[in-house]
Amino acid sequence: MQFKGTAHRYGRDIDTDVIIPARYLNTSDPAELAKHCLEDLDVEFVNKVAPGDIIVADENFGCGSSREHAPIAIKAAGVDVVIAKSFARIFYRNSINTGLAIMECPEAVDAISAGDVVSVDADAGVITDETTGQVFQAQPFPPFIREIIEAGGLINRTKQKMN
Amino acid sequence: MARPMTMAEKILAAHAGLEEVEPGQLIECDLDLVLSNDVTAPIAIREFNKIGVDKVFDPEKIALVPDHYVPNKDIKSAEQAKIVRDFAHEQGITHYYEVGCMGVEHALLPEQGVVGAGDLIIGADSHTCTYGALGAFATGVGSTDAGVGYATGKAWFKVPESLLFKIEGELAPGVTGKDVILHIIGMIGVDGALYQAMEFSGSAIRNMDMDERMSISNMAIEAGGKAGLIEVDDVTRAYMDGRVEKPYTEYHSDPDAEYAKVYEINAADIQPTVAFPHLPSNTRPAAESRDVVIDQAVIGSCTNGRIVDMRQAAEVLRGRKVHPNVRCIVIPATQQVYRQCIEEGLMDVFLDANCAVSTPTCGPCLGGYMGILAAGERAIATTNRNFVGRMGDPTSEVYLASPAVAAASAVLGHIGLPQDLDEQE
Repeated sequence: MQFKGTAHRYGRDIDTDVIIPARYLNTSDPAELAKHCLEDLDVEFVNKVAPGDIIVADENFGCGSSREHAPIAIKAAGVDVVIAKSFARIFYRNSINTGLAIMECPEAVDAISAGDVVSVDADAGVITDETTGQVFQAQPFPPFIREIIEAGGLINRTKQKMN
Repeated sequence: MARPMTMAEKILAAHAGLEEVEPGQLIECDLDLVLSNDVTAPIAIREFNKIGVDKVFDPEKIALVPDHYVPNKDIKSAEQAKIVRDFAHEQGITHYYEVGCMGVEHALLPEQGVVGAGDLIIGADSHTCTYGALGAFATGVGSTDAGVGYATGKAWFKVPESLLFKIEGELAPGVTGKDVILHIIGMIGVDGALYQAMEFSGSAIRNMDMDERMSISNMAIEAGGKAGLIEVDDVTRAYMDGRVEKPYTEYHSDPDAEYAKVYEINAADIQPTVAFPHLPSNTRPAAESRDVVIDQAVIGSCTNGRIVDMRQAAEVLRGRKVHPNVRCIVIPATQQVYRQCIEEGLMDVFLDANCAVSTPTCGPCLGGYMGILAAGERAIATTNRNFVGRMGDPTSEVYLASPAVAAASAVLGHIGLPQDLDEQE
């Protein structure tokens, strides 16, 4: 999978409450959730995000609640990939299961600035900052996780195994 | 002879049908229980329906607990609760709890004996780690994992490394399980146990009742932990006997089991602790937090809504009045706790003190309803998270504390300790 978009840069411990505040959890409609993505952290995010954009953040992205509404909101807002120094465990799992591309790469996070154009080869784990020309190698996924990603998420993998 | 293992590793190995497992290993396990609530179950049901099976794997091993936005806070919440109700009835789910029977899930399921030692449990709610206090491996997942769990009774896991927290000695009077876990999160940070299982032991834990132990395990996730386990002892057995429906299995860590790190904590060093905005790790002693003026106090939640918590709050509030500038909201976490509050006279204490007492709900903890904060307002809460906007307006603030500190603060009008009230009077 190849992605290319503008980087939106955030700090560490971005929790799922700011990714999608609980006051909007009375629905699970992706389009509705997307309207409020990250609004308690960056009220302008939904206005400036364009389809294909990339979120770049420091450690422990997606900490807190298990709400799958968080990766759903990010994806529905148009973001294709989240690159972080590390991910909170449940968010990591939810992203793999639902097909939101995520990559762990501390070096890329340190080098990428807000507004840089970034391209990602998710299969090879290669991240390129097109603005500066720097190239980074992300942590590879274990084969078992790759299997879920390649199946298109956990539901598809389960269907394949059950039928 | 299998390698020496921690209790977390033993539970995972047993459920994967393996003699031994080691950290980093990816395994598929059979589940004893799959839990979800009115916020996470609607997505889990949607995903379950995509798999193409008609029936859940075992209607007795699924728990559906509407608790976040019930009694329904608005029309959309009512629709979500209805999806869960209809699915529960259609599938004949044994552990579905309607309004009037329900409670905050992580207080309700242990109380009702639905979870027990040795169980492997996934829950589409991050505080599922609470059941570690009973010697279970219980971990929070998302709705898709839960939906697949409904269909297959299985989930994939990466075997986590374990961290051991040994809390030895006696806690000072007024220091509770909540203070212990806030102290630990303050010490290691909100990702201090990321991808790892936390195990709590030591004489301070052994001398603690189950309700306080559950407060500790409950907040393992606030340090990034995958689970928060406590070894089964006579206190656990006394709690489970006559309560847990099915036979339970005790798993004890081997003496030579490997831990990624061992933390030795002197219980006497732990003070009543408050976590300042906007992270549970931003802790300070309550005694150094007296300049924080509050507008609201919330006493309840899956962290501190059990009967011991209610008693600790009532002890402070007895014969006193909540400060006129403070709203104090008390939420017993289950119907049984609610009834016990009435029978023990705690309800009179709360009402006499001018507290608002609510039917069980997660409500304000996650900024749902039943006590939302306006811009700039501050609350002290016995809940588990103080992220930006957690209880209302993004400029409001949440300070996390024990029931005793929250109750004392409600009377004082600012953060303080129960002993400050004696000095004041």
